[in-house]
Amino acid sequence: MPLDVTNRRPKTIATSKKGTSNKIKAKEAVPLKKQGEPRWYSADDVPRAIPSRKSHAKPTRLRSSITPGTVLIVLAGRFRGKRVVFLKQLASGLLLVTGPYKINGVPIRRLNQAYVIATSTKIDVSSVDVKSIDDKFFAKAKEAPKKKKDGEEFFEQKEEKKVISDARKKEQSRVDGALLPLIKKVPQLYHYLNAKFTLTNGVYPHAIKF
Amino acid sequence: MPFKRFVEVGRVALVNYGKDYGRLVVIVDIIDQNRALIDAPDMERSQMNLKRLSLTDIKIDIKRVPKKKDLIAAMEAADVKNKWEKSSWGRKLIVRKRRASLNDFDRFKIMLAKIKRAGAVRTELAKLKKTAA
Repeated sequence: MPLDVTNRRPKTIATSKKGTSNKIKAKEAVPLKKQGEPRWYSADDVPRAIPSRKSHAKPTRLRSSITPGTVLIVLAGRFRGKRVVFLKQLASGLLLVTGPYKINGVPIRRLNQAYVIATSTKIDVSSVDVKSIDDKFFAKAKEAPKKKKDGEEFFEQKEEKKVISDARKKEQSRVDGALLPLIKKVPQLYHYLNAKFTLTNGVYPHAIKF
Repeated sequence: MPFKRFVEVGRVALVNYGKDYGRLVVIVDIIDQNRALIDAPDMERSQMNLKRLSLTDIKIDIKRVPKKKDLIAAMEAADVKNKWEKSSWGRKLIVRKRRASLNDFDRFKIMLAKIKRAGAVRTELAKLKKTAA
């Protein structure tokens, strides 16, 4: 109901007793505004934000075929076709994997389990410590505020070389250092992780066992 | 061309359709033109249409509808299991089963082994060609 700002006679709480006068007493008058209502309404309809129904109480369910040390086949993205080692599931639900880097060029990376096939090949990675790596490890470093470019500079091709932080390199060498001897123990596993997954004649993904 | 494998009491057959697909059974009685009573050591005696059976070369010596333990004893005496696994049909089935159970790593190892074997064959062949020339 629109707030009536016209000067109206304030209403009193009727306590009509017989004989008492019905005259308004300024102090007893009920104020025009109710407590808690906004003093101003906007002219246009403001859309009300729908509250998010996402529940972050339960983490993403991990497929039972994916356990720490499983060899996964990456199906999409830059490293599609590569076979990588699964380390752990992060709080965001993404999978933490590593190539290892020396074997197939895949660094410590996050993957979505929807884009991954889990093979039944497993390595015992209980001795590899990945507790310190979490989603914050992969957060983008905040860039220095860019200077406003003038006309000429805007059209210049800016060459930005991607620099891999030392922290990442250190973690990579630490994790891979623990993993590589475990991989070398299993015959041909090194070459298996080196090779890419391919389909050949007579191999039908729905009919083969991974 | 005379028939060699007959539907008879004691004939060992392979089930080629249905719930018991791939199982080796013995025909213990004949019900009518189309159906036979079959039995195996690890299943209940039941009837089956002959169209679901592929007859093998193996035949065991049993009387019509033997008791289970007599059946097992007769199968042991005839050494059905070994005969089957040594036969070329039996061997093929074992290989097929093995291939179906390979995982991705196994397939990779086999690929490498095949390449290695082909390489060894080729070098030997080259050597032989050289000496023959």
